[in-house]
Amino acid sequence: MAALNIKKGSTSHSAYDLRDFHSDVESSHTLAVIVDNEAGVLARVIGLFSGRGYNIDSLTVAEVDHKGHRSRITIVTRGTAAVIDQIKAQLGRIVPVHEVHDLTVEGQAVERELALFKVAGTGEKRVEALRLADIFRANVVDSTLESFVFEVTGTPEKIDAFAELMRPLGLIDVARTGVAALSRGV
Amino acid sequence: MSVQMTGAEMVVQALKDQGVDVIFGYPGGAVLPIYDAIFQQNDIRHILVRHEQAAVHMAEGYARSTGKPGCVLVTSGPGATNAVTGLTDALMDSIPLVVFSGQVPTFMIGTDGFQEADTIGITRPCTKHNWLVKDADKLAEVIHQAFHVATSGRPGPVLVDLPKDVQFATGAYTGPKAARVDHYKPQVKGDIEAITKLVELIENAERPIFYTGGGVINSGTAASQLLRELVDATGFPITSTLMGLGAYPASGKNWMGMLGMHGLYEANLAMHGCDLMINIGARFDDRITGRVSDFSPGSTKAHIDIDASSINKIVPVDLPIVGDVGHVLEDILKIWKARGRKVNKAGLAKWWGKIDEWKKVRCLAYEGSSKVIKPQYALERLEALTKGRDRYITTEVGQHQMWAAQYLGFDAPNRWMTSGGLGTMGYGFPASIGVQVAHPDALVINVAGEASWLMNMQEMGTATQFRTPVKQFILNNERLGMVRQWQDLLHGGRYSQSWSESLPDFVKLAESFGWKGIICSDPKDLDDAIMEMIEHDGPVLFDCLVEKHENCFPMIPSGKPHNEMLLSADAAAFAGGAALV
Ligand SMILES: Cc1ncc(C[n+]2csc(CCOP(=O)(O)OP(=O)(O)O)c2C)c(N)n1
Ligand SMILES: [Mg+2]
Repeated sequence: MAALNIKKGSTSHSAYDLRDFHSDVESSHTLAVIVDNEAGVLARVIGLFSGRGYNIDSLTVAEVDHKGHRSRITIVTRGTAAVIDQIKAQLGRIVPVHEVHDLTVEGQAVERELALFKVAGTGEKRVEALRLADIFRANVVDSTLESFVFEVTGTPEKIDAFAELMRPLGLIDVARTGVAALSRGV
Repeated sequence: MSVQMTGAEMVVQALKDQGVDVIFGYPGGAVLPIYDAIFQQNDIRHILVRHEQAAVHMAEGYARSTGKPGCVLVTSGPGATNAVTGLTDALMDSIPLVVFSGQVPTFMIGTDGFQEADTIGITRPCTKHNWLVKDADKLAEVIHQAFHVATSGRPGPVLVDLPKDVQFATGAYTGPKAARVDHYKPQVKGDIEAITKLVELIENAERPIFYTGGGVINSGTAASQLLRELVDATGFPITSTLMGLGAYPASGKNWMGMLGMHGLYEANLAMHGCDLMINIGARFDDRITGRVSDFSPGSTKAHIDIDASSINKIVPVDLPIVGDVGHVLEDILKIWKARGRKVNKAGLAKWWGKIDEWKKVRCLAYEGSSKVIKPQYALERLEALTKGRDRYITTEVGQHQMWAAQYLGFDAPNRWMTSGGLGTMGYGFPASIGVQVAHPDALVINVAGEASWLMNMQEMGTATQFRTPVKQFILNNERLGMVRQWQDLLHGGRYSQSWSESLPDFVKLAESFGWKGIICSDPKDLDDAIMEMIEHDGPVLFDCLVEKHENCFPMIPSGKPHNEMLLSADAAAFAGGAALV
């Protein structure tokens, strides 16, 4: 019979998605999930990921609309195209979830993370740490005679790179916020 | 407009406003205010169960046989945890339930108080949604939202957790119309472009098949009606999952019987060889697909489902249509008729020729006996003697369940209640009580295995107390038959813990609860015994002693494709020649 001109892998009711459903290649996707900020909503989202065996690489959450009590959960996850489609469909089923955006598919998103690094050292190492921090546009937010706390903002990759450089220079503690992301343009 | 009342009174008022006439429950400290409110009214009937799991199964039976949501009331802690199996069962089979649980007072939450459990945490993965209500002013709206969520889109169980102080507190009651529900509005209309594509496929297919599921029944009786019209008008063959039996009549000319692991030979081979598969409200469950990579390899697949997450979850499909089955079927029919009601007649005739050949295999044939009752024979007789009556069937889980699906015929939806997704032993007996509560004058029969039946046998008291004349038709093989079958076929016949030892004397047990007990072991007595059961005005426990080592065929062993079906234990008869490992 006549072959259908419909691509495999669509989960939307009408759009015939162009990605290859059968590809086994895993890729990273950044999802923005808009939810009612009510008790337990984060547990529902996390429970979905653990219960169905999906990955979470990073997760951030905060109320973004205080009047409407809406929170934005930004999740960085990994999976094949089929798994990513399932994750989105499953998220969409959760009752307090209003919107699910795949920022990776919707166009290159702006992704930023904030991190704090505590680096202890004296002499040459201390000077070198400060010099590198300057290159990374890190701010010094705390300082003693033998330590700094640097604040760095950037993509997760930039923060990883900064961590690598600080490690031999006396890095003793790191705190990262996880990724916040927005689509570009309007 | 709002009226002041206590939280407990609001629960009762909201149930009335939602049209609820019966609630299944069990009291305890954390729900006493609600029980007090129930005591002071007569609109809502309370069925006192003997175990909370059974309350949930009863509500499932009620819901499945009426199309209305089932309601349950349990206390905190153990009451709530006992309800978990029922909730999970209802979630898997998409049964709308609204369950209320008591909770310790809000100021005690988190202190490990007496009979405190994290009910919201425990039931989060086994409900469609759940709510902890901490403020009496919000209670009414939450209850109305709970009914909305349970019954909209893909139905399912929801739970409302009610701390005791909220039940005592006074607040403003508002009716169902005032509740904000617009955020949760699943899409019911399918995409017309996709539906038109499906009509094109229908017009050209040479080897089409309808593969239907519980979604057709959940969509309502109109959906079943539309399905019948479409199937009969196109002349396409139709098969169904366990959950979908009755949506298309078993007596209909295009009916091929159930498909799947214990499905009919012709249905499974037609699924394997079709060129167009139209999945309506089914979900490609692993009991249906067998080995996914070999599942119906040559077909174009369309999938109609109200739950977008069902699409491409297991089997990638070519044409997804998200929407309510009833709405989509209506549009398919409209467009197909407008385009001239075309089908590929020549292709279809050849296809039916093939199917008729497969039917000649007579896959449900079994070796009869004049000495012992074969379970298949018992069901054939039950079918013959109850057909045409106002009959509802529930089942437990095991071989008897599969035989019931194979040998009983359902000509209408909502007449067949079984635990499909979770496979919960102990479901059938309480479900039969729930069905009988909804249909007091109907003939309600639970086709049971002796082992499953024992799992909720405490409900005998409930049936006696509430005068539900349920018939418990136990195919007693003194075995955990389905487990024994797998051990027979796959574990070298080593029957580890799969027999039913120390069974009760079922007749005496029946009598001790004021029931009628019947025992039958001779095929010659069977018809009379079944008639005695049917005609008795009250609950009956029928101990039907059957062949102990009968296996259920056809069978697709786990992980095998549809064309490697076993038709009998005889290896030579393996369809497709595949041997078991
Ligand atoms: C609660 C629960 N525990 C265990 C099982 C696994 N199981 C499936 S069928 C079966 C045996 C059922 O025996 P019986 O009710 O006598 O039915 P039969 O197969 O003999 O007809 C078992 C133990 C189950 N489905 N549910
Ligand atoms: Mg048994």
